[in-house]
Amino acid sequence: MQPTSARFHDNVDKALRDSDLQTALHRVDKNFTSRRTAAVTAMPEFEALRDEAVQIKNHTLDHLDLYLEKFEENVTAAGGQVHWAATPEDARQIILDLCQAAGTRTVTKGKSMIAEEVALNPFLEEHGITPVETDLGEYIIQLADEPPSHIIGPAIHKTKEQVSDLFVTHHAKLGKTERLTEGEDLVAEARDVLRPRYLEADVGITGANFLIAETGTSVIVTNEGNGDLTQQLPRTHIVIASLEKVVPTLEDASTILRVLARSATGQQMSVYTTFSTGPRRANDPDGPDAFHVVLLDNGRSKLLGSEFQDILRCIRCGACFNHCPVYASIGGHAYGWVYSGPMGAVLTPTMIGIDQAHHLPNATPFCGRCEAVCPMRIPLPKMMRHWRAQAFDKKLDAVRQRLALRAWVWLARRPALYRRLSGLAVRYLAWRGRPLGRLRDLPFAEGWTASRDLPAPQGRTFSAQWAQRRRGNT
Amino acid sequence: MNAGPRVGLFVTCLVDLFRPSVGFAAVKLLEDAGCSVEVPTAQTCCGQPAYNAGDRRDARAIAENVLRAFEGFEYVVAPSGSCAGMIKQHYPQLFADDPVLGPAAQALAARTWELTGFLVDVLKVSGLTARYDGTVAYHDSCSSLREMNVRDQPRALLAQFEGVELADISDGEACCGFGGTFAVKYGDISAQIVGKKAANVVRTGADTLVAGDLGCLFNIAGKLKRDGATMKVRHAAEILAGMTDDPPIGEA
Repeated sequence: MQPTSARFHDNVDKALRDSDLQTALHRVDKNFTSRRTAAVTAMPEFEALRDEAVQIKNHTLDHLDLYLEKFEENVTAAGGQVHWAATPEDARQIILDLCQAAGTRTVTKGKSMIAEEVALNPFLEEHGITPVETDLGEYIIQLADEPPSHIIGPAIHKTKEQVSDLFVTHHAKLGKTERLTEGEDLVAEARDVLRPRYLEADVGITGANFLIAETGTSVIVTNEGNGDLTQQLPRTHIVIASLEKVVPTLEDASTILRVLARSATGQQMSVYTTFSTGPRRANDPDGPDAFHVVLLDNGRSKLLGSEFQDILRCIRCGACFNHCPVYASIGGHAYGWVYSGPMGAVLTPTMIGIDQAHHLPNATPFCGRCEAVCPMRIPLPKMMRHWRAQAFDKKLDAVRQRLALRAWVWLARRPALYRRLSGLAVRYLAWRGRPLGRLRDLPFAEGWTASRDLPAPQGRTFSAQWAQRRRGNT
Repeated sequence: MNAGPRVGLFVTCLVDLFRPSVGFAAVKLLEDAGCSVEVPTAQTCCGQPAYNAGDRRDARAIAENVLRAFEGFEYVVAPSGSCAGMIKQHYPQLFADDPVLGPAAQALAARTWELTGFLVDVLKVSGLTARYDGTVAYHDSCSSLREMNVRDQPRALLAQFEGVELADISDGEACCGFGGTFAVKYGDISAQIVGKKAANVVRTGADTLVAGDLGCLFNIAGKLKRDGATMKVRHAAEILAGMTDDPPIGEA
């Protein structure tokens, strides 16, 4: 997708005025946080598990080349094939070639953020192949022709009414003309519509939550079972994953699985956790004839050893989204690219550049709740600060803000002058705040006063009064 | 003369300029607990606005001022989790690659406390005799909560009061949307966030909102006043020191 992150202010404006979006976001706000809290509280060893999960990922990242090679070796041994994609273009082309070799017109897809990152669907469509999203959320936004707005709930910005409308519009041609309003009925209709598509597809594409080096296995977690049908029914299964998804062992994957669902949805485990190793073997009851893994770099290897390496620990649980006051206010689309929320504010600039994305790490109050809930203890605010430093050095912030900051810093470094001038300013503001003790408007602070009063200063500065008190004492 | 520790008060720019009564309340609390309190005149700001803007060079320059101004104090105490957090958590990072100032920043960080945390964890203050009549909703600032490990301390102090009843704010760990310059640069997002916070605060039915950070207090009070809510808003130090003669925040 074309990034719109540079038009962040416009995006925010639109999001704040979108009453459907606000209704939908309110739901996120309420549900996810309380469920996570309950799941975490019920597990005394959760903090220790987090530490263990962090260690596993740090160790893996320190030896990433080794584990990736091991993974490839074991995929090959199991009869599959690994394809290395340095760029999104490479990944798309590899997948197109595999689809064309399989002679398919339709591919089914499980949920994959990496497929979104490389913009796979439009590319396949351009080449006459129809991608069918099978995750309910992804299916909804495919109908709406929108990008995902949340990494684990792609259609979380949609109200049920909007989904009803979409289904009526798109399913009428399939003979389903009744406007359904109950959640269960909508799910049933989606299932009816999607079932035959699994059988049409000769290729199924899924993402991966983990790639296991010691066995060459890809792991997906879902709650709908769509991933299993996507990867087992077609003759070819293609996994698209980014390279930091690899972990050394099955044991490591199971450790991280224990923090994943709890952090994401507050479940102990997701409903389906599926391990796929190679194509169908002689005695297997089912499975694909061919198993491919497309491993995407897209700049990630450059993050190793940089101040942004820790973002590669991310397991895409979405906890940072669910606890972010900014995300809860504006939703995912306002961030203007595939990834949103706190992890997106750190990751997106690595992919579309800080020039385009400078608002994302800047538009946060640094409340730190993302880091507090991140199962992988990723220091998201710290990395946003690194981006802010880069954005500042490149002078990407607004001129007015820059000048105001310069003036403040200049003064703050001259304590005597600071005290004289601030004393005057404070008297003026106190006078302006009369008689209520607050100001309803103030030039250069409209961002504040548009929606809030500004409490007025009491009148004289502490330092002036303190100096007087000292003089009185001596 | 007090026999207790020698404490340097980091007044904070917001208290200095907007609400000096909080500074005097902090001095009273510290002196009552036996500290000898000094207020270095070279202090202005902790440098957080520059630091958060990505302006590391200026943030360091301001931080150097603070390092010099507070040399030699046994403790540095601020009536703010945010400014204390800047010194405690971020100064060491700011000077991480400096062989001289790095250790100095580490040492200052180790001596720096948020006021209520200092009163409870270091001075073991108990038996405050002041009285405050009312139901108090205590708002945890993000920096107190997540950078200074302060949550129970102010509540423990308030619980010693006669007449005070504490009310819980739902989703109490959520940010109020202040975030320093964020509240002006991205004022519309900030407004949306404080709208939710103010609604949760009003829903407690408390008559007074209290917190340990003026930034949050000004933000929430500004929203409450704009919406016509009658709740009183005060800094924790004012209540704890029994210095409530000045009008509440945003009132005259």
